[in-house]
Amino acid sequence: MSRLACLLILLFSVNALCQEVLSFDTDAQRQLYQDLTAELRCPQCQNQNIADSNAVVAVDMRQKTYQLIREGQDRQQVVDYMINRYGDFVHYLPPVNRYTLWLWLLPLLMLLALFATGVYRRSRQTSALETPEVNTSAVELDQLIARYRSKKP
Amino acid sequence: MRKVLYYLPLFAFLALALFLLSGLFSDPRERDSASLNKALPEFALADVMQPDKIWTPSELKGETYLLNVWGTWCPTCNAELGYLTELRQQGVKIVGLYYELPRDPAFDAPFILAELQKDVQQKLQQQGDPYQFNMLDIDRSLSLDLGVSGAPETFIVDADGIIRAHHIGDINPLVWRSKLAPIYQEWRKP
Repeated sequence: MSRLACLLILLFSVNALCQEVLSFDTDAQRQLYQDLTAELRCPQCQNQNIADSNAVVAVDMRQKTYQLIREGQDRQQVVDYMINRYGDFVHYLPPVNRYTLWLWLLPLLMLLALFATGVYRRSRQTSALETPEVNTSAVELDQLIARYRSKKP
Repeated sequence: MRKVLYYLPLFAFLALALFLLSGLFSDPRERDSASLNKALPEFALADVMQPDKIWTPSELKGETYLLNVWGTWCPTCNAELGYLTELRQQGVKIVGLYYELPRDPAFDAPFILAELQKDVQQKLQQQGDPYQFNMLDIDRSLSLDLGVSGAPETFIVDADGIIRAHHIGDINPLVWRSKLAPIYQEWRKP
């Protein structure tokens, strides 16, 4: 039992060592650093943010982010700094321009189309209900069916 | 109208299938570089072999050249040294930007320039030496300013110090002929 406890303690101490120890002047700066490293994208190992990645470039970008925040730069300045070097690719919040506009517009358009189809179908259904039932006798119906069948090849 | 609606799902499916098919053949690493058509960022980097010599952007002006980001630790970079040497023999000026890896103070040995010089010399003797000279980017600051995501990467810089191409990955005969050579020829001063 004590051996297991020892192992566990060792395991957690390693974990604690692995955490980066960074000092900030204010809690707001720490929060900003955490937000930014979560929303900046690693250019090397794609689909990871720089907080997640241990690629060399991600480590460098984390360091740069830390340095810029310590210099007192705000969120937009740090994001611009990275975009200037790595392009829009590097930020997980793409800017709205004529290429990315569809990302926002398309779901709205689809929703609108769905709604329009729903309204159209409903109106057709109600109009079908409103038309009075034609009172046709069985003979007339048989005639109609016979005529319809004869038309078919 | 009904007929069109009847075929709509098929067309939608075909469009989606085509879109996804094109994705199979696209390179996810291919993307527009943010440093294209911009001047080389400011830097002052020491020469790998003569650390007293400090290179600045203005010294590199006057001739179109390839700026090749590499390191002896990077297998792909070593593999392209041979072909780059061929290009040098054809008269292409190539400048090396040595991408030094970060060192963990707890685990890694400290950086020793003499060891790096030996390493570089050995590698270039084995594989061929395409470089006019190598600049040491020890903290990768110029690499970060250039938007380098790893090694190897290559830039074409024109005689006025403007970046005209940014290639991520190795240079082989196919890449050179289809992608980089046309840009290099375009910006090469007669």
